[in-house]
Amino acid sequence: MSALVLVIACILATAVGYRLLGAVPSLLHTPLMSGMNALSGITVLAALLAAVESPTPLGRALASVAVALAMVNVTAGFVVTHRMLRMFKGGSAKETA
Amino acid sequence: MTPATLIVAVVLVGGILIGIRLMNSPGTAVRGNLLLAACVAVAIVATILGVGADAAQWRVPLVALAAGLLVGLVLALRATMIRMPQIVALLNGLGGAASALVGAVILVAVAADAPAASTADRIIAALALAVGAATLSGSLVAAGKLHGLMTQRSVAIPGYRTMAALLLVAAAALVALSGPVPGLRTAITLTLTCLCLVYGVVFALRIGGADMPVTISLLNSLSGVAAAIAGFAVKDLLLVAVGAVVGTAGLILTQIMCRAMNRSLLAVISGIRPAPAAAAAATAAPTTADPSLDTPAHAPSDHAPADAHQPTTAELLNRAENIVIIPGYGMALAQAQQQVKQLADLLEGRGKKVTYAIHPVAGRMPGHMNVLLAEADVSYDKLLDLDAANALLPQADLAIVVGANDVINPAAMTAVGTPIYGMPVLKACEARGLIVCNFDRKPGYAGVPNTLYDRPGTILMLGDAKESVAALAGALTQTT
Repeated sequence: MSALVLVIACILATAVGYRLLGAVPSLLHTPLMSGMNALSGITVLAALLAAVESPTPLGRALASVAVALAMVNVTAGFVVTHRMLRMFKGGSAKETA
Repeated sequence: MTPATLIVAVVLVGGILIGIRLMNSPGTAVRGNLLLAACVAVAIVATILGVGADAAQWRVPLVALAAGLLVGLVLALRATMIRMPQIVALLNGLGGAASALVGAVILVAVAADAPAASTADRIIAALALAVGAATLSGSLVAAGKLHGLMTQRSVAIPGYRTMAALLLVAAAALVALSGPVPGLRTAITLTLTCLCLVYGVVFALRIGGADMPVTISLLNSLSGVAAAIAGFAVKDLLLVAVGAVVGTAGLILTQIMCRAMNRSLLAVISGIRPAPAAAAAATAAPTTADPSLDTPAHAPSDHAPADAHQPTTAELLNRAENIVIIPGYGMALAQAQQQVKQLADLLEGRGKKVTYAIHPVAGRMPGHMNVLLAEADVSYDKLLDLDAANALLPQADLAIVVGANDVINPAAMTAVGTPIYGMPVLKACEARGLIVCNFDRKPGYAGVPNTLYDRPGTILMLGDAKESVAALAGALTQTT
């Protein structure tokens, strides 16, 4: 994967993300933040790669610790967000799509 | 990267963006969150399958993965809603720690006998380490403050600016050195980690209570940035894209929070505040008398009217048809949201219209009040944001403030030169009647006395918000 492709992906994701995220109402800012927080645990992918590709035992051990930490972040983050979102109920039946 | 993995990555990024799109409405947000979670799950499986190392190599990482999953589940299911701000801060720190560890592993362990790791690779890894470490320690301090383990106040650190600048310069120098000087990598890695951990601590210690929403958003952004940098380090497209999205999300929230407080990001993170003396002088309100002694009212029963025509709380509540409740951090602190909901139910039972006005920075994290009220079963279409609330307040018969101060202070519109001047506030002053259930008459976080307290017609109910709101409900039921 060339660095150029990565840079382009980074810029594109930022631009599209900016548009989508700006549209989230303040009502949902906490779940949004906690959902994004869970998503930042995606670094578990890098940890997994490092955990098998590192040539030294120390490297593999450290990366495995990173796997566990990131996984806690991902799991707890999404579950907590889910619990929060489930509490949001509309009074009238006007469910916005 | 093979074309197949590239396609998987692109599809997953698409799925995640759709998930975020669904997060913008309460009706679809649950699905959006599930889609995000599913995308991450697929990404993890795809990464494991994609590497194709032998089973023995996977043993430890998979055990770690399972352990993380289990701990995360237990943590999330046991967390109470009142602890949400500190849970989010803590989790954020863990993500930062993971990115930092990946950076460290690439710097020290991979580069050990792999000349393949280029100068650029090592610099990127060092950056991931630096940002991740600062995220970790900053988030832990923030979580500690929110959990009450340390003071919520801004801790003044002498020579902070010089120290912060020196730390950043030193860290930047080490990041730069980590590329061309692979021989010193262990020493550089350890020093860099320490420097960045210290930076995170001094950064977060400086930040006081009401600036917390900004800090949390910013740390959230940093954890995304750390993940994106880690993505560059392992050359993973998905990780780069998703990290960038998370970084953007945090920045947008930071921007919204700063705007809602009328403070620049720089002022928040450096802890710069206008002198409170100037603030007090600039307020025209009669604040000279010792406010703690001449409290006009304690409870509706012993309320002595300032003038003969001032209605009692019960009369106010009974007469009002259109009522707006304005919650603040005081409601969270007193855990009064259930009482607020009960009061609203009583009022609605009498055919009155009750809505809630939510200021963007009320509470300790973005959207804090919405979550608390949702937990108390308040329907979300009664939760108004700043603009909608300010459109409604001039027509409201009664505004009931529950533990909010700076966000309703009219001084923000008039008192030039005070810290809150220019900050968009909820115009509680424009409602016909006003009941304030705050703990005391002290100025809010911004240190500016609230001119509403001394306005004729304002009914102050000092003390625990839970009791004050219950007293209001009591006053209402007695007059049936």
